[in-house]
Amino acid sequence: MPEGTVKQGIGASVRRKEDKRFLIGKGNYTDDINRAGQLHVYFLRSPVAFADIVSIDKQKAEKASGVVAILTGEDVAADNLGGPICGWVPTNKDGSAPSEPPHPILANGRVRYVGDHVAAVFAETLEQAMSAAELIDVTYSEMPAITDLKTAMDKPQIHDGMENNTYFDWELGDEAATNDAFDKAATIVKVDIRNNRVIPNAMEPRAAVADYDTGDERYTLFTTSQNPQLTRLVIGAFMLNIPESKLRVVAPDVGGGFGSKIYVYPEEAVCVWASKKLRRAVKWTADRTQAFLGDAHGRDHISDVKLALDKNNRITGLRVDTLANLGAYLSAFAMVTPTYLHGTLLSGVYDIPAIYTNVKGICTNTVNVDAYRGAGRPEATYLLERTMDVAAKQVGMDPAEFRRLNFIPKDAFPYQTAVALQYDVGDYEPLLDRAMAMIDYKNFENRRAKSAKNGKCRGIGMSTYIEACGIAPSAVVGALGGRVGLYESAVVRVDPTGTISVLTGTHSHGQGHDTTFAQLVCDKLGVDIEAVEIVHGDSDRTAFGMGTYGSRSLAVGGTAISKALDKVIAKGKIIAAHMLEAADADIEFKDGKFTVTGTDREKSFGEIALSAYVPHNFPHDRLEPGLEETSFYDPLNFTYPSGTHIAEVEIDPATGVVELMDWVCCDDFGNLINPMVVEGQVHGGIAQGVGQALYEEAAYNDNGQLLSASYMDYCMPRADHFPSLKVENLVTACTHNDLGVKGCGEAGAIASPPAVINAVVDALSPLGVTDITMPATPQKVWQAIQSAQTKAAE
Amino acid sequence: MYSTKYVKAKDIDDAATIMASAEDGKFLAGGMTLIPTLKQRLANPDCLVDLSACGLSAIADDGSAIRVGAMTRHVEVAESALVQKTIPAVADLAGHIGDRQVRNCGTIGGSLANNDPAACYPAALLALGGTVHTQSRSIAAEDYFDGMFETTLEEDEVIREVSLPKPEKAAYVKFPNPASRYAMVGVFVAKFADGVRVAVTGAGEDGVFRASDLEAALDANFSADAIADGTVSADGLMSDIHASAEYRAHLIGEMTRRAVTACG
Repeated sequence: MPEGTVKQGIGASVRRKEDKRFLIGKGNYTDDINRAGQLHVYFLRSPVAFADIVSIDKQKAEKASGVVAILTGEDVAADNLGGPICGWVPTNKDGSAPSEPPHPILANGRVRYVGDHVAAVFAETLEQAMSAAELIDVTYSEMPAITDLKTAMDKPQIHDGMENNTYFDWELGDEAATNDAFDKAATIVKVDIRNNRVIPNAMEPRAAVADYDTGDERYTLFTTSQNPQLTRLVIGAFMLNIPESKLRVVAPDVGGGFGSKIYVYPEEAVCVWASKKLRRAVKWTADRTQAFLGDAHGRDHISDVKLALDKNNRITGLRVDTLANLGAYLSAFAMVTPTYLHGTLLSGVYDIPAIYTNVKGICTNTVNVDAYRGAGRPEATYLLERTMDVAAKQVGMDPAEFRRLNFIPKDAFPYQTAVALQYDVGDYEPLLDRAMAMIDYKNFENRRAKSAKNGKCRGIGMSTYIEACGIAPSAVVGALGGRVGLYESAVVRVDPTGTISVLTGTHSHGQGHDTTFAQLVCDKLGVDIEAVEIVHGDSDRTAFGMGTYGSRSLAVGGTAISKALDKVIAKGKIIAAHMLEAADADIEFKDGKFTVTGTDREKSFGEIALSAYVPHNFPHDRLEPGLEETSFYDPLNFTYPSGTHIAEVEIDPATGVVELMDWVCCDDFGNLINPMVVEGQVHGGIAQGVGQALYEEAAYNDNGQLLSASYMDYCMPRADHFPSLKVENLVTACTHNDLGVKGCGEAGAIASPPAVINAVVDALSPLGVTDITMPATPQKVWQAIQSAQTKAAE
Repeated sequence: MYSTKYVKAKDIDDAATIMASAEDGKFLAGGMTLIPTLKQRLANPDCLVDLSACGLSAIADDGSAIRVGAMTRHVEVAESALVQKTIPAVADLAGHIGDRQVRNCGTIGGSLANNDPAACYPAALLALGGTVHTQSRSIAAEDYFDGMFETTLEEDEVIREVSLPKPEKAAYVKFPNPASRYAMVGVFVAKFADGVRVAVTGAGEDGVFRASDLEAALDANFSADAIADGTVSADGLMSDIHASAEYRAHLIGEMTRRAVTACG
């Protein structure tokens, strides 16, 4: 790294540049944006889970004060509009294509979940729109709701023609070899896994402001998106038939996404559509209830897991049969999340010769389910890491040593798993060793005994996870049914005075890109961080890019920036060679200066920039003027962050309350650009994973009503639930990107749930408890203790 | 919320007069339940009668009891030297309602008038055998609560103050709902010279109630050991996604043991 820039370059914990504007209230969110003459839209949502719409009487509502228009599914059909599309469609195991039933942006004839969009009411004020919505008289012919994942396949069709309410039936791996492993196994371990359904709960609810300019016949959509370019493509080309060049999509400051803001939902499209139809700008901001009932939920799997071991306790086979609840309609990445982002991770960090998995994607009368922080990888990690603990117990080994025995050895890389992925690099034992040392694993039994003296049950649990990040090599994605490329774009625009704008196709909604990406520039160009602006989120300004999810922004987007910076330096060298009358090969660039090797003849970066734009003394025969370079980087492989997380809990058996006592983790994210930002990402991820493990559950009743549709009933993790988290890193650099980085955004959420549940089960095992499902609420823990004691008494 | 008329009453009689003239008015005390209800359009009153200028917030020593004005905010009760000295359990209870923002707005009168089945104050009033004083009468705690969200207050009756008798010992222990932090089970134990009173909130299908089995056990032996498992029946207890009736019954016993221990 260039001398003098270490405080701002790669490896420096630079304070986040973007925080000032957030802290002084100068953030600019979608709801802060208002357009002249805008209308407000309120969506009338279905109060029932499954019904045919017999009639919609909107006459009274249309006459209500301030109402401009009321649009329904009939208007959508009349204008021949498309619905949200599925972006990645795997093939069924019999070779056929999965079902993709239509998803009209306003329900046409049938509603399929509580919250489904029935009508859009446009009025001068939001209050007027809400009041008018109450006057719409909808007659429903109700059908029994289908909410139970296990029995949904046997129920009537939610979408006409979609048999067994099954979107897809997919498989991966070698079934014959796996069967063979079980036939020869010395030990077979069976575990039933339920991965609970959770609600993303980004702090900022979704919002949209759409404006149609009748002059240049162009739309502008401001919206809460993790990937505005993709939103433009989907709304323009697939939903509303708008030429892409006539639609500008801007995602300004966005307050968290966690996956839920990847997808295009009906509301945003309705705003765009209506802005032209009504010749007025249209604004919509979800309230929290709409967020609970409308944002795609996460997880919701049931899996039967079987693990085969040989007589030496080495894993020889794994079989996983999963039902994934995808909800009433297919969301953009609903199909890839439980398949290629799940099945491919089933080898974990272990050397498993034979793996087979079958996943069925099931339709129910519930909110759509899609990728949520980790997306498939947390589900795979949870089932595998729970199974590792159950297996260790069954064969009488310490869970750490059982894992160690089965780790992929460090000399086995690149390692080809039995489920398609090839891990480029990793070294798992040092991560385990370090985490065990951090928590003083060997003296745990002393702490357990001490807690027992106070009437508390103490337990320890670990998770040695891996994830596939840096999503993703486009050719691989395409071969597996993806309908998008997953490269990333970067434009490095050097101004005449040497200040720099980086236009990235990723989007920052809490990740700190303004800082991390600027550090890449400081490191390469030797400029001060204040000279660097990161631009994202505006389709009129940035090149086409794929946005932020899948821990991809640094590994893919950052690499694109790095490559564009290299092009800037290469061009700068030729300009410098010309100005210094030297050969290109004699120019070196270091610390922000172009120097003729071995001399003191030099030009500063600023001088070269000026020369590029005031090209009086310039190699016109070789170069165009200007200093702006673009890179589209398509990764060669996924990246594979890994690590060990260990949780220690104390349980009050009298109430069932679980308290987190200690948390350590040692992660390998490859090289770190800003360790402080990375630590923050890990903290947030752990908190979300702990939320899933102990507190959060989207609960439906038999009628398809979401019982946990507010914070009165949906429990979020709170700061006082956590001990101080001890976060450390070890590094094996990624072998296939310039920065050697792997990504860190999802790791905490992937690693933490099994560590928590393993610790809870460990704490309760002296009482005879062998399993508990997430979330391990006080009631559930208490009931588990009661059942175990009843069983013991029999 | 729907549009509505807002009136700030000058005193308690003015409040009652305004309410009598409204078709479907609501008294606005701290607003910690009413305002969210309005915002969600779950209520549509034609008039809000604000009680904040009625001079109803004061805490006074009344010999064998303390008197707390209806508009006294939770934070004022929690921080009152008088309450801390005479009935520390009530100060402690008030200091753990909701969060800081709620405690800075919410009032004892509002809580008791709303009678949320998971609110804390009803347990204190009932266990202490307190009295609710309105502009026209005094209502003993036993005669005041009338089921979930219901009281025996008349439509235009305003709580003026509450008197809370001083016990020998008392403690309130709450098991908060993990999500809402309201009481999933809250037990107020009060020991008087003439016996022990135990009131339970958060658990009963009809709201706050006295647990006579627990009172009898503690009358005989005022110690945590007196509460055996299974003392409390699950009959009549609420069941929801957070807690079954059986779990609530267990927690009532456990919280009672902890309250007795806390009494010292």
